[in-house]
Amino acid sequence: MSDNKQGTGIDRRGVLECMIWAGTGVIWTLNGGVPKSSQLLGIGTAQAAEKAATGFSFLQISDSHVGFSKPANPDALGTLKEAIDKVNGLPVKPVFMIHTGDITHLSKPVQFDDAERIIGDAKLDVHYVPGEHDIIDENNGQAYLERYGKNTKGTGWFAFDHGGVHFIGLVNVANLKAGGMGSLGDEQLAWLAQDLKGKPASTPIVVFAHIPLWAVYPEWGWGTEDSAKALALLKRFGSVTVLNGHIHQLMQKVEGNVTFHTAMSTAFPQPAPGTAASPGPMLVPAEKLRTLLGLTNVEVRRGKQRLAITDTPLTAS
Amino acid sequence: MRNLTKANRSRVWGLGLCLIFATAALGVILTLPAVAAGHEVNIDNFAFTPKELTVKAGTTIVFRNRDDIPHSVVGTKGEFHSKALDTDDSFSFTFAKAGTYAYSCGLHPQMQGKIIVTP
Repeated sequence: MSDNKQGTGIDRRGVLECMIWAGTGVIWTLNGGVPKSSQLLGIGTAQAAEKAATGFSFLQISDSHVGFSKPANPDALGTLKEAIDKVNGLPVKPVFMIHTGDITHLSKPVQFDDAERIIGDAKLDVHYVPGEHDIIDENNGQAYLERYGKNTKGTGWFAFDHGGVHFIGLVNVANLKAGGMGSLGDEQLAWLAQDLKGKPASTPIVVFAHIPLWAVYPEWGWGTEDSAKALALLKRFGSVTVLNGHIHQLMQKVEGNVTFHTAMSTAFPQPAPGTAASPGPMLVPAEKLRTLLGLTNVEVRRGKQRLAITDTPLTAS
Repeated sequence: MRNLTKANRSRVWGLGLCLIFATAALGVILTLPAVAAGHEVNIDNFAFTPKELTVKAGTTIVFRNRDDIPHSVVGTKGEFHSKALDTDDSFSFTFAKAGTYAYSCGLHPQMQGKIIVTP
């Protein structure tokens, strides 16, 4: 693994269009589907500078894997807490958080309890979608739905509006078929078609789900087999932002008016596609771990239809 | 090693040989059950090993997860279904009837395997 010049320690192997920065960084702005990057002095400065033009901002956290204690990070609950401390230290309070799944490692009640306690310290509304690790209780996701399924459909999908932006939380980790990847399923796709029906094409859309909604690396199951059907429904919209987790590393891709972005985990990093024998937890030197974990801040600028995505690691490298 | 007396040197050699034998013995102990039973499927690096296994009807197969990530074992036709297996957890299933049983991991469906049961 070679360090890139920003020193994040992530080898992008040239295939990834990423992005960042670190404590000083690059901010991606989305304007009519064309991303532009600019250096920033740091998340605090960025937020202060953007405040006047900003409608609101929200946060994405992902893959907290509460209960994980293997060598790649013996204290996943501790690093989740560090992430939440960062949230509490933000100069501009986000309006809410989204969690893109793998809240827990094994869907155990104590893991859900711990996650809720730590994440609750941010005192923000949190909109959850499940990861595959959140629905492995004896009853195939019943434990998740009992906690987070209120006002959701099916296996936990939902939509809501905030500040003129339409948010859609999708589930692509349930009822997976042998040999396949992530899956939305016909019932959810029918619901999505209905949900989008009649919405003006100028409505900014934010879609979030656990597994990437584009084929990042099918060999490792990093994709969603029927995501093209969902994207076809979103095609007419001028600004679509897709936020995912699952792969525990930053990645970004732009296709037409759609920006795809994956967040870091707060628990442990995973290898870049194809760089290891398996996508299992990646062991890195202890001092490097927190440069590969972090959270994502998304700003929505009212009237401009652009979303600015900034990623912040727990520790700048 | 330079200052060792001849006696000491032979003791070192003895120790070395002893270690070699011990290691070999350990190897036998470790490999024997797998060879004798031959009815284990291990999960390493997001893969079932062996990917395909042929056994006689009535055989119990033990699936063991040796990854740092949980996996599960799900018969494609719903014939069997393990709970999520954490690291070093195992799941046993007795294949009573002859046939071909395809299975996958419920969390990572690209992980696939096959058990062929002969009468």
